[in-house]
Amino acid sequence: MPAISDELTLLRRQFPLLAREGPALHYLDNAATSQIHESALEAMVRHEQGARGNVLRAGHRLAQSATLAYQRARGQAARFLNARDPGEIVFTAGATAALNLVAQSYGSLCKPGDEIVISVAEHHSNLLPWQQLRDRAGVRLRFVPLGADARLDLGALRECVGARCRLIALTHASNVTGAITDVAPVVERARAVGARVLLDGAQRAAHGPVDVQALEADFYAFSGHKCFGPGGVGVLWARGELLEAMPPAVCGGGMVERVSVQGASYAPPPRRFEAGTPPVAQAVGLGEALDWMGRQDWPAIGRRMAGLTQRLIEGLRAVPRLHLAGPLDARDRVPVVSFWLEDLHSHDVCQVLDERGLALRGGHHCAQPLMHALGVEGVSRASLALYNGDDDVDALLEGVREAARILA
Amino acid sequence: VSATLYDEAIKMLARAAHGAGRLPAAHAVARLDNPYCGDRIDLALDLSGDRIDALVHETKGCLLCRAAASIVGLRAPGARVAEVERAAAALDALLAGGEDAALPWPELAVFRPVRDHPARHGCVSLPMQALRQAVRLGPSPGVSI
Repeated sequence: MPAISDELTLLRRQFPLLAREGPALHYLDNAATSQIHESALEAMVRHEQGARGNVLRAGHRLAQSATLAYQRARGQAARFLNARDPGEIVFTAGATAALNLVAQSYGSLCKPGDEIVISVAEHHSNLLPWQQLRDRAGVRLRFVPLGADARLDLGALRECVGARCRLIALTHASNVTGAITDVAPVVERARAVGARVLLDGAQRAAHGPVDVQALEADFYAFSGHKCFGPGGVGVLWARGELLEAMPPAVCGGGMVERVSVQGASYAPPPRRFEAGTPPVAQAVGLGEALDWMGRQDWPAIGRRMAGLTQRLIEGLRAVPRLHLAGPLDARDRVPVVSFWLEDLHSHDVCQVLDERGLALRGGHHCAQPLMHALGVEGVSRASLALYNGDDDVDALLEGVREAARILA
Repeated sequence: VSATLYDEAIKMLARAAHGAGRLPAAHAVARLDNPYCGDRIDLALDLSGDRIDALVHETKGCLLCRAAASIVGLRAPGARVAEVERAAAALDALLAGGEDAALPWPELAVFRPVRDHPARHGCVSLPMQALRQAVRLGPSPGVSI
């Protein structure tokens, strides 16, 4: 095993699970859930021990402290996304909830015959809500197909995106191939027909701050547990004017101005979209995680991760009867690498790897249409985060060869 | 541990694929998916009263799932419904950590190491669940898979 740098050792110590003593752990399932950073964990404990109260309701001091902490987290999320205003940040239960919110709320403004454009590479979270909307409201779904290297064929946008298109909702980076979507032509095509653009950023946000203004998107969704924060919290960003125009998706306490037995007037965004008690401590933890991410040297991390990913790709390509999904140039993807071995099932492969301390996920990855397009039932996926190093890649390459030998 | 979990007996059973095939006009059919991994089994059988005359299955799954389907394909033809229920209960008990001394279908013992891997229990039990479902659905002449 190669020696890992002091810098990487120090970094891993900031993640409680990676810092613990015990058998070697090569955690390569970051696309599912990354490890939590100590700052997020400490912030949540601090909040629960010193400022636990409900938010945006009572006037007592604890409630005020909780509200301040919650609104601070909103500001931290806004800063991470370079949003114009913290009021454009809606806290949700995760990326899935954020995407469902848009489908419910923005979707309710669509008329029968309107079109939503998605792709065959979407996670089910960015597919099923739109299928539900289709069935509920009579909108038509159109699909961007796969092109070379299992990347989205954005050349097909001209054909897929017509005058009735109201929204193009695409992954910012695939949870299977890792392929990063070139957003500019998507926005250009959307603007040409007056449509909006939603990006599912669940995978991309884990690899550094996002600039929604530079992207010129209209909606952006991501989850906390993939960004070194806690589970149970996520973010929907949307342009302020869009949120203003959208009706609530879920109703309950804390999101109204006046209620009578006849009806209600709803609070302005973002409260309109945060019915009930929000995940306060989780938002506080996520805010700290995002702040920590914001302090990292992402250009340097990006170069290191691209080098590591390229090594992994090249190493896997040398394994007989192994196939890779997605672009072969690491610069075109986030560090997510999926592969399959002929005649071997991904769960069997991942089982063998797990017993060597390698945590990977196998299966369809909640992307069954993409599996169908790739012509496979499932794949094994190695997804790296900034705390992964050469030791992890080497262990994986050795483990894959061992799995092929054991399972043959 | 992998060497035990994926020992030669399991691999041989999966390779043998007892009962794999198609039955054009079976009496009862079942299709089950494992939502965890997307694996699928289609199983069809002919019944005479409470006796299974013939059984075929098409299984897309991991080694454990295919080995379990192979055991079903080997043992279920000729078995009576009560025996199927006993075998299914014994498999459940085995995976839950019980003794395997009284397994009606002795080949099921190969899954003893799987008991320590709860995430894989569904892989092993899918074919047996499909068999039980088909048996419970009972004769439905003319159905094909």
